[in-house]
Amino acid sequence: MAPYILYMKKEKTTTGHSFADTLFKSLAIFCSVISFAIIIGIFISLVNGSKLAIKEYGAGFLFSSVWNPVTQEYGALSSIYGTLLSTIIAMAIAVPMSLVIALFLVELAPPVIRKFVGYAIELLAAIPSIIYGMWGLFVFAPFMAEYVQPFIGDHLGFLPLFQGPPMGIGMLTAGIILALMILPFVSAVMRDVFQMVPSVMKEAGYGMGATTWEVTRNIVVRYGIQGMIGASFIGLGRALGETMAVTFVIGNNHSLSASLFSPGNSIASTLANEFTEASEPLYLNALVELGLLLFVITFIIQIIAQMWLKRIHKSMGRR
Amino acid sequence: MRTRPAHFRKATDYLIKILSSVSAIIGIFFLAWILLEVSRRGVAALNIDFFTKLPAPPGMEGGGVANAILGTMVITLFATLIGVPVGVMSGVYLSEYGKATLLGKAVRFTLNVIMGVPSIIVGLFVYTLLVLPLGHFSGYAGSVSLAILMLPVVARTTEDMLNMVPNELRESALAVGAPQWKVTLGIVFRAAKTGMTTGILLAIARVSGETAPLLFTALNSPYWPQSVSEPTANLTVTIFNYAMSPFADWQEIAWGASLLIMMAILSLTILTRIVTGGKT
Repeated sequence: MAPYILYMKKEKTTTGHSFADTLFKSLAIFCSVISFAIIIGIFISLVNGSKLAIKEYGAGFLFSSVWNPVTQEYGALSSIYGTLLSTIIAMAIAVPMSLVIALFLVELAPPVIRKFVGYAIELLAAIPSIIYGMWGLFVFAPFMAEYVQPFIGDHLGFLPLFQGPPMGIGMLTAGIILALMILPFVSAVMRDVFQMVPSVMKEAGYGMGATTWEVTRNIVVRYGIQGMIGASFIGLGRALGETMAVTFVIGNNHSLSASLFSPGNSIASTLANEFTEASEPLYLNALVELGLLLFVITFIIQIIAQMWLKRIHKSMGRR
Repeated sequence: MRTRPAHFRKATDYLIKILSSVSAIIGIFFLAWILLEVSRRGVAALNIDFFTKLPAPPGMEGGGVANAILGTMVITLFATLIGVPVGVMSGVYLSEYGKATLLGKAVRFTLNVIMGVPSIIVGLFVYTLLVLPLGHFSGYAGSVSLAILMLPVVARTTEDMLNMVPNELRESALAVGAPQWKVTLGIVFRAAKTGMTTGILLAIARVSGETAPLLFTALNSPYWPQSVSEPTANLTVTIFNYAMSPFADWQEIAWGASLLIMMAILSLTILTRIVTGGKT
C-alpha cells in the first residue's frame, strides 16, 4: 500500500506543473503551425496581388512575349524562357561536375585534401548572391566577352546558340554563375549518396578487377541514381529562384533569342529590376503574377524533391 | 559485362580521375578568384569615411555607408529576435513532442518547402503583407522577411541538435519529477547548446547577405535609420544600387561594402566551423 500512496503524492505535486507544461507545448505547436501559415499566406497574397492581371490576360499571360509598361501590355514568356534557359545551362554544368567532384571527394582524394577541397566547395555556398553578382558583372562578364565568347564564337559560331556579339552579359554568363552557386548544394547531396553505397558492394566490384570508374559507373551510380536525381532537384529549385546574381549579369532585356550570348531576363530578375518602379496597378499585378508563377514552379519542384528524397532514405534504411 | 582491352579501361579510368580532380580544382579556382577579386577591389574603398560618413552624392569626395552598416545590423537583429524563438520552438516541437506524429511530419515537410522558396518571393509576400496595407516601406518589413528565411534553418538545425541528445538524459530528469518544459529548457537545451548556437549563427550569416527580400521591404535610404517603421538603409541593397549606377566612385563603394559583408559572413561561417570541429 505504501508505494501506492507515494505514487499518489507524486501525482499531486506534478499537477502543479501541468499548466506550465501545457503552455509550453501549446507554444511549440503554435510556432510550428506558423510555417503552414507562411506557405498558405504566400500563395493567397500572390494570387490576391495578381488578380487584375489574371483577369485581364488569363492564360495568354504565359504565352505572350510582349512586355511593354508604356502600352500596358504584359506577357511572361520571355521571363519564363530566360528562367528555364539559364537554369538548364546551370544544371548542364553543375550536375556532371558535382558527380565527379563527389567522386573525387569520396573515392580519390587523400583525407587531408578531401577535407580542404570539401570545405572550399562548401564555402562557395556561403558567399552571398550579391557578391556573385558584383564579381559576375565587373570581373567575369568582361572576361567572358574578352576571351571565352570570341573563342566559342570562332569555333562553334555556325550554331545559332553561339551567334551574336560577345557582350559578356547574357544567358551563358548567367548560367555559368548559377552553376557555381548550386554546385555546393548538389555536390553535398551527391557526396552523401556516394557514402551511402555499402562498401561491400564497392569492394566486390574492385575484387572483380574493376577500375575506379567502372565501380562508380556500374555500382555507385546504379545504386544511388535516385539520390542523384534528388540532388539535381535541389539544385534545380535553387537555380530557378536565384535573383541577385542573375539580375546583375543576365542583361535585363525582354526579348526571346536562341543565342546564349544575347541578353535576356528571368522571372526573378524582372521582379528585382522593375518592382519598385511599377506604379500602375496593372503593371504591379503583372509582376506579382510573375512571382506567383515562380512560386508555383519552385513549390512543385520542392514537393517532388522532398517526397523523392524521403522515399530513397526509406529504401536505403535511413530516417 | 562487355569486355574491353585492359589498356582502354585503364585509360578511361585515368581520364575520369583527371577530369574529377580538375573539376575540384575548378571549384577552388573560382572560390579563390571571387575572394581575391572582391578583396583587391574592396580594400581600395575602405577608409575612415567609409565607416563613419553618410553617402555622398556621386562625384563628391568622401562619402561612406555608415548608415547602411548600422541599418543592416538593426534589420538583422530584429530578424533574429523574431526568427530564432519561433524557429527554436518549432524545433522543440519536432524533436520533443511531434517526432512521429502526423502534424510533426507535415511541419517538417513544410519547413523544407519554405527553405526552397526563393528569397525574392518571400520579399514579395512581406510586401503584400506589411508594405502595401500600411502604405510605406519599412525596416521591420525587412526584418520579417529575413525572419521567414531564418525560420526553417533554425528549426531544422534545432531539431537535429535536440535529436542528438540521448534519451536517457530526458528520462532521468523526468524520473526525478521535472516537468517536460523544465527538462527541455534546463537539460536538453544545455546538452545541445553548442550545436544550437552554431545553427543560429549560421542562419544569421546566411540572411545578413540577402538582398532580394529587402528590395521590396526595407528598400534603402540615404539617411541614418531613425526608426524601423520607415525605409531603412542596408548594405546589400546599397551594393545593388551603387553597382548598377554609372558612377565610378559609387561602384568603388559597392566593392567596399561587398568586401565588408563577405568577410563578416565568411568569418562567421568559419568560426562556427572551428567551434564545432566541422560537425554541422
